[in-house]
Amino acid sequence: MSKNQYTYAVARIRALEVALFSASVIEQLMACKDEEACLRFLADKGWGGADVPLDADAILAREKEKTWETIGEMRVDMEVFDVLSYADAFHNLKAAVKEVCTGKSGGSVFYEGTAIPKEEMMRIIQEKDFAALPESMREAAAEAVDTLLHSGDGQLCDVIIDRAALEAMLEAGRRSKEEVVRDYAQSTVAVTNIKIAVRCARTGKSLEFMKRAMAPCPGLDVDRLAHAALAGESSVMDYLREEGYEEAADALKESASAFERWCDNRVIRAVQPQKYNAFSAGPLVAYVIARENEIKTVRIILTGKQNGLPDDAIRERIREMYV
Amino acid sequence: MLSSISGNGWALLGAALAATLAGIGSAWGVGLAGQAASGVVTEDPSKFAKVLVIQLLPGTQGIYGLLVAFVTLSQFGLLGGNAAELPVETGLMVFAACLPIAIVGMISAYHQGKTAVAAIGIVAKKPDQFGKAMLFPAMVETYAILALLISILAVTSIRV
Repeated sequence: MSKNQYTYAVARIRALEVALFSASVIEQLMACKDEEACLRFLADKGWGGADVPLDADAILAREKEKTWETIGEMRVDMEVFDVLSYADAFHNLKAAVKEVCTGKSGGSVFYEGTAIPKEEMMRIIQEKDFAALPESMREAAAEAVDTLLHSGDGQLCDVIIDRAALEAMLEAGRRSKEEVVRDYAQSTVAVTNIKIAVRCARTGKSLEFMKRAMAPCPGLDVDRLAHAALAGESSVMDYLREEGYEEAADALKESASAFERWCDNRVIRAVQPQKYNAFSAGPLVAYVIARENEIKTVRIILTGKQNGLPDDAIRERIREMYV
Repeated sequence: MLSSISGNGWALLGAALAATLAGIGSAWGVGLAGQAASGVVTEDPSKFAKVLVIQLLPGTQGIYGLLVAFVTLSQFGLLGGNAAELPVETGLMVFAACLPIAIVGMISAYHQGKTAVAAIGIVAKKPDQFGKAMLFPAMVETYAILALLISILAVTSIRV
């Protein structure tokens, strides 16, 4: 598709970006006294719809649908959005492998709207018809099934599939002509590797386990990161500072939720230059990521209000907005 | 083959190129800006008037090309049917005089269209910045106007 053919779609996205929540709108939402007031505020902002009940899950699910409906209406090449679907698709693979291999049905939550629906995924795993899966999933699916059936090690099964998801994401980034897809993939994989290192340092995992879980990516030496994690959390922080991830180290020092917030903020910052691009699919991908970030932030606030968390605790978890 | 073209033929070719190339550039530019304008109006019809004005900016080069073609045709009597027989040298001079608006018109209209798309993006997000947004594509117009001036001055100063 010629770059000029995104002109209509990008201009439409520019008009839609006006409705994205800015930091000040998030502050207004925070100022609502309880969950019900938050939901009314969201409804006033056009979230949900006439046929959607005033319920957090229903409203947020509808907003996610709206995003994809809008993108679908633009009739653009959907391949550029593949990189965004990997997390859900690989999660469903993990859920299907666990359900089939453990024989416990209904224990796992499946995402809807993935390229391979739940029933088909279950059939593929039951019949070991791995050829029906996308190439990036085949090997990992076979290995995960084999591992779970023979060793019963659920954690190793997760590691195999999560690693395959990271590699698929990086490969999609490398293949894509869109800079934003490459930046998003690299940023997401780097952040995930750091998360793995931090968790492994806290739980005292072996070097072998970490190397199995981490996917080598540009801008991060996973070998050094794994060795740092082996020496403890403070070594991970030192390594992050050396590599220019000072903010990550500071967030890690602050709290676990501050670190999670930094992880998401880094991804949003990676796509922010797309606000000034008028002729490629970049702003469309960035808009979808921004909407997902917005929905996630609203969910955090609603959950916090629902559980009566103090405002400071909620505020600590609020992500940076795209606009 | 070129040597068989008469002076009037060269003059006519120059006028035709001025109108055609500048027109092609404008069609490109207005089309591109039109796509962006449609995208904005799909989501916010209240911005129709503002984006329409910006969309029209790359259309002026086509008008300049038409103007130069008219001046050329009337200057040498090619419009009224009482054309004087121009020497080949004079015809080539007329042809050369038409080239600035033909070439600059086409290229500037295309780039003005792309700048207009970006300006429409500004209006989509900050409609109060319409005046500033208009200035960016308007800057490209400068070069089309310079080319128009040279073409008009050159065509009108050629003596039959």
